[in-house]
Amino acid sequence: MSSNENNQPAAPAAADQDERIQKVSFWKKALNRPELGALAGAVLVLAFFIAASSGTGMFTPAGIINFLEVAAQLGIIATAAALLMIGGEFDLSIGSMIGLAGILIAIPAVEYGWPLWAAILLAFACAGLVGWINGNLVNKTGLPSFIVTLGFLFILRGLAIGVSRLLTGRTQVGGVQEHIPGDWFAALFSGEVATGLFSWMAANGWMATNFAGNPVVSGIPVSIVWWLGLTAVATWVLLCTPYGNWIFASGGDANAARNSGVPVHRVKISLFMFTAFSATIFACIQVMDTGSADTIRGLLKELEAIIAVVIGGALLTGGYGSAIGAALGALIFGMVQMGIFYTGVNTDWFQVFMGVMLLVAVLFNNFMRKKAMEAK
Amino acid sequence: MSERTPMIEMRNVSKHFGSVIALSDISMQVYSGEVMCLLGDNGAGKSTLIKTLSGVHKPTHGQMFVDGQEIRFKSPAFALDAGIATVFQDLAMIPLMSITRNFFMGREPTVGWGPLKRVDWKYADRIAMEEMAKIGIDVRDPSQPVGTLSGGERQCVAIARAVYFGAKVLILDEPTSALGVKQASVVLRYIAKARADGLSVIFITHNVHHAFPVANAFTLLSRGGSLGTFRKEDVTREEVLNMMAGGAELENLDAELAEFQRSDQQKKSQVA
Repeated sequence: MSSNENNQPAAPAAADQDERIQKVSFWKKALNRPELGALAGAVLVLAFFIAASSGTGMFTPAGIINFLEVAAQLGIIATAAALLMIGGEFDLSIGSMIGLAGILIAIPAVEYGWPLWAAILLAFACAGLVGWINGNLVNKTGLPSFIVTLGFLFILRGLAIGVSRLLTGRTQVGGVQEHIPGDWFAALFSGEVATGLFSWMAANGWMATNFAGNPVVSGIPVSIVWWLGLTAVATWVLLCTPYGNWIFASGGDANAARNSGVPVHRVKISLFMFTAFSATIFACIQVMDTGSADTIRGLLKELEAIIAVVIGGALLTGGYGSAIGAALGALIFGMVQMGIFYTGVNTDWFQVFMGVMLLVAVLFNNFMRKKAMEAK
Repeated sequence: MSERTPMIEMRNVSKHFGSVIALSDISMQVYSGEVMCLLGDNGAGKSTLIKTLSGVHKPTHGQMFVDGQEIRFKSPAFALDAGIATVFQDLAMIPLMSITRNFFMGREPTVGWGPLKRVDWKYADRIAMEEMAKIGIDVRDPSQPVGTLSGGERQCVAIARAVYFGAKVLILDEPTSALGVKQASVVLRYIAKARADGLSVIFITHNVHHAFPVANAFTLLSRGGSLGTFRKEDVTREEVLNMMAGGAELENLDAELAEFQRSDQQKKSQVA
């Protein structure tokens, strides 16, 4: 008896520490984040190309800006595609929207003398309308968004070709550059930022200069700023706002979400509008950069965006994923595309590699989801 | 009893889907602090009735009153605002989302203002833990996905959520049907507690052993119509059981089974 009583004091101390909770290590917690696979993949790809491309200039400042720019352009649409996929839907019309938006900017500005800001606003308005129609069709008909947006993939591409041929007789419209200087709105989509910083770095000898004494990298392309900005905002929205919770809920189980008072239809419409807007941002940057619009721009971009999102850990069935993951997916995409170029491997192999990455990512994601659902 | 205003009342409510009459002329009153058990076979109209009460369907004819006020729900959100919370069989829970995210789904607490308005997850986690602790479920980690909880625990999260958000009327769609004995008793105890706190509970079940201890009244549905409401004082457990099983039909079944047996014997004798 007395020995039992002696043992008593130990019990409350043990009760403080819930015996059902085992110490969850940092790694185990990290494994439950959707972007972990993409992070591991990005590190791997980075390590591989650092080893494989030594001496080729891929990891000089100019090379880094190069592959970041590729990643950034894809990342802009991948961020929106990620939110939409977490919300349980696809948008296959992103690529065609890029082509159409470019035409909508270039034709009014070049052919009809509109100020560039007005042409860009027109493109955004049309994109909003397309997204709104996509969202409403999916909501009202209950058809899979795969089919609805596949329809718009063709409709928008056809519109881009038809409209530009009808109004200009061509499918390419050039001469946008001369309208850019002095246009406050176009400035948001063109040029580089932090040019002063880079000149200063060059002046102090921290960065190589070219024959004219200018730094080899004159600034950070605006696309990279858009990419990082959109990723940050999307992450904030997903993790910190009620709307973010509604996106997860709408994608996880639309019916359950509706029964809990989540405005599922409004959430989905806004997400479709956001993907169309992101395609328009992509188009703006591309048109300002090249000074021209072409109806075939953005071909297959919708699929590349989906690859980036899935590599980033999102589930195709919705309700799970992250914007940071999509950004990492885009980064992998950019590194591989440019890395293959720098290492001199035949670029034909790029698509093979991306396809394999996609499959590996999907298998990994499925495995992780099962893990997450097991009682810990 | 008739002096009191019912917390929720349906008067001659009908619901048609095209040519199908899913509900016809249903009248029902539930008072605060009472549990109304809704009984009926498959296809009796239980689901349509609760979906009408929760604002998913709009009644074709008839009126509904909450606390004496006539109401028309445009959507489930309106029903929620009126204090009618429904816990559907699918629980409106999303397995991949955390307990807290599920608990506050559609009604996230926010801090800050303007573009910096954000969900107060710290507060939300604490409330979710507290509300679950109140009903005797010790949540290990409010950020764990709901998919990792047991069926009874999930049911309790759903009910706790409804109660926390100020439900006056709680509609529970077969909350104990998929549960083991111990888990069912946790849910039943919680229903009894909700009743004691003055809520009206509409409890749909097939299990008379679950229904009888907590119910104050029983309403029997059959083929879209109501066969009447019975106070618990006026009926015995056996009578309720009989009503649930559809009394008369069971007698018919006995007769049919006897007929089968007779024809079987005839066949056997013929073979012999």
